[in-house]
Amino acid sequence: MDSYLLIPFLPLAAFLINILFGRKLIRDNAHWVSILAVLGSWVVSVITVEGVLHGNTVNRDLYAWISSGGFKVSVGFLIDPLTAVMLVVVTTCSSLIHIYSAGYMHGDKGYYRFFSYLSLFTFSMLMLVMANNFLQLYFGWEAVGLCSYFLIGFWYEKKSASDAGKKAFIVNRFGDFGFGIGVIMIFLTLGTLHYDAVFASVKNLIGQTVTIHLLGVQIDLITFIALLLFCGAVGKSAQLPLHVWLPDAMEGPTPVSALIHAATMVTAGVFMVARCNPIFSLSPVAMNVVAVVGAVTALFAGTIALVQNDIKRIIAYSTVSQLGYMFLACGVGAYTAGVFHLYTHAFFKALLFLCAGSVMHAMAGELDLQKMGGLKKHMPVTYWTMLIASLSIAGVPGFAGFFSKDEILWLAYSGPSPVGKFVWAIGTFVAFLTAFYSFRLIFRVFHGKFRGSHEQEHHLHESPKVMTVPLMLLCVGAVASGWVGVPQLLGGGAHFTEFLKPVLGHLEGEGTRSEEWMVMAISIIAGLSGIGLAAFVYLREGDLAAKIAQNFSFVHRVLWNKYYVDELYDAVIVKPTIWTAKNVIVGVTDGKIIEGVVNGVPRLIGRFSSRLRNIQTGMVQQYAAVMAIGAFFVIAAVLLWQ
Amino acid sequence: MIPLNWYLWLSAVVFIVGVAGFLTRRNIIIMFMSIELMLNAVNISLVSFSSFLNDMRGEVLVFFVIAVAASEAAIGLGIIIALFRNRATARVDEVNEMRG
Repeated sequence: MDSYLLIPFLPLAAFLINILFGRKLIRDNAHWVSILAVLGSWVVSVITVEGVLHGNTVNRDLYAWISSGGFKVSVGFLIDPLTAVMLVVVTTCSSLIHIYSAGYMHGDKGYYRFFSYLSLFTFSMLMLVMANNFLQLYFGWEAVGLCSYFLIGFWYEKKSASDAGKKAFIVNRFGDFGFGIGVIMIFLTLGTLHYDAVFASVKNLIGQTVTIHLLGVQIDLITFIALLLFCGAVGKSAQLPLHVWLPDAMEGPTPVSALIHAATMVTAGVFMVARCNPIFSLSPVAMNVVAVVGAVTALFAGTIALVQNDIKRIIAYSTVSQLGYMFLACGVGAYTAGVFHLYTHAFFKALLFLCAGSVMHAMAGELDLQKMGGLKKHMPVTYWTMLIASLSIAGVPGFAGFFSKDEILWLAYSGPSPVGKFVWAIGTFVAFLTAFYSFRLIFRVFHGKFRGSHEQEHHLHESPKVMTVPLMLLCVGAVASGWVGVPQLLGGGAHFTEFLKPVLGHLEGEGTRSEEWMVMAISIIAGLSGIGLAAFVYLREGDLAAKIAQNFSFVHRVLWNKYYVDELYDAVIVKPTIWTAKNVIVGVTDGKIIEGVVNGVPRLIGRFSSRLRNIQTGMVQQYAAVMAIGAFFVIAAVLLWQ
Repeated sequence: MIPLNWYLWLSAVVFIVGVAGFLTRRNIIIMFMSIELMLNAVNISLVSFSSFLNDMRGEVLVFFVIAVAASEAAIGLGIIIALFRNRATARVDEVNEMRG
């Protein structure tokens, strides 16, 4: 047997054991099952990735899953450099977050349930990244969505949590609908769903067009397929206009936010676009759409994050913004840079979330920035790890985020994409925003004076070892994960790009060395000035921030209300849907038609029989009279007949 | 000899009296007596035909009718007494539980 099969199936086994025996038998030991399984799959992943580094890629069909006429799909695994990167990201983050959860979720009454979902999620995500055909990708895609729903609504007694779960699921449905059609289109035009066959033959579609009768427009076939696939990515990776679910998803337990809604699941869209790069690369239109959507989302979410007060929401918007960055990279053709950012982002963003969880732990669930401050001396480990994560996301040289962000910006600037310069400008500005809001968070939470209640201050404490050790380990990733991709400009070997080259190709930026230095310098200046401005505004005594908010009250209000997107959707989609449901479905279809038939038939029979039963008077003599009259008529008839 | 028709007329008149009594009176005992009248009207026509046709089968049938009427009277009176004990009435219009 091939050992790589253990990677997804160990977590699956852990899920089955926990869900079947967790309630009665395992209970508070559920974390052992899940943690051992995910550590096992981490070890196997590392061994497998080691093999990939030496050129041993795997592409094997395990068995025929569906075989119906010309439609043949098998369960198969593909382990190439791209999958290898994802395996490292998923199993490493998963392992550390599993361990952290054992501390964070301690004493929760759904303990075993939490760990079984976490294992199921790990399994699904691994199936998603290891698939070698579109249907299996789709399976993993939907399964991670399901786990996300379970885990956002984990505390289902809380109305806001169960609503957030539903919202995530329904919003994702819009994207997945497009993605599903995209997969069907691929099968209809190419007759197969196997990656190898699809990517090899997609070139044959160049020049073909497809007419959408509904809209009466003719569109290039490859562009159409690529945009449909991107639809799915927009939903799963929370890009405009389907980003609304991700900030609400923070209702789930914090380890879930870290694992699913920051490090792994939401990056599935980026992974998918990178995986389908042979399709996207053939359609300049789709590429530009991807780049612009990514850039606009990055800016949009970045600006919202500036004014929010809920620490988890700030990090959530930061996630949306960074995902936009990754799409921006893919859109300009720099897939390797996009995946590189995915990889570094997973570490520092998971770390940010886990630190936020640690802060919440100390603050007894408090999330409001305005009630924190001065936590530095109470929780030094959390402070230092979160500071490092923030330095990384802000793109300070030497930290992981710097290398990936710089590569994206350089390739956007110098690449052949027609929108490259535009998205580069946005990207650089977003780098400034990112640094600003990340350090606003740090300064407001850890510096200054404590602004919460006395009781809370008394309660402040550093989290237990089981939580801080994963923080420290992730910290190593947040710093060092970028070192595998140090650009040649800085004397590095750009090993990461070389490693992914066979799958994703390589985009050569066209520009002089001095231009490259300039782009790097601008991004460093943007990051540092963001940090500096945050320090200027938030580290000094006085309420400069409040004054600024007052002077720009309109801007502040729009940002505070997240550009009113939720309100817009509520008015345009949710309210009309509920109105239709109430008045048309319940009122007419159900009330008039269905209940009309169901109740009308018995009512008719009832009315008829209530007339009929008047005959049954209970008066013997009436019966006898009727009988006599009847007999009279019968006899009369017989006599007259003759 | 009295012609057959006279007997039949008598029979018919007695029968009509029985029917009218049964339909109009509310007292269950009177109704019961009316039933006896109808049975006996039938008996009259049966014996008349029997004698007129010189056929003994009619008279045999009459014995059966008398026997049945006797047992019916026994059961019927039993029912009436049971009814009276329960409802303290002998009027049928006060006993209409089967009204639909």
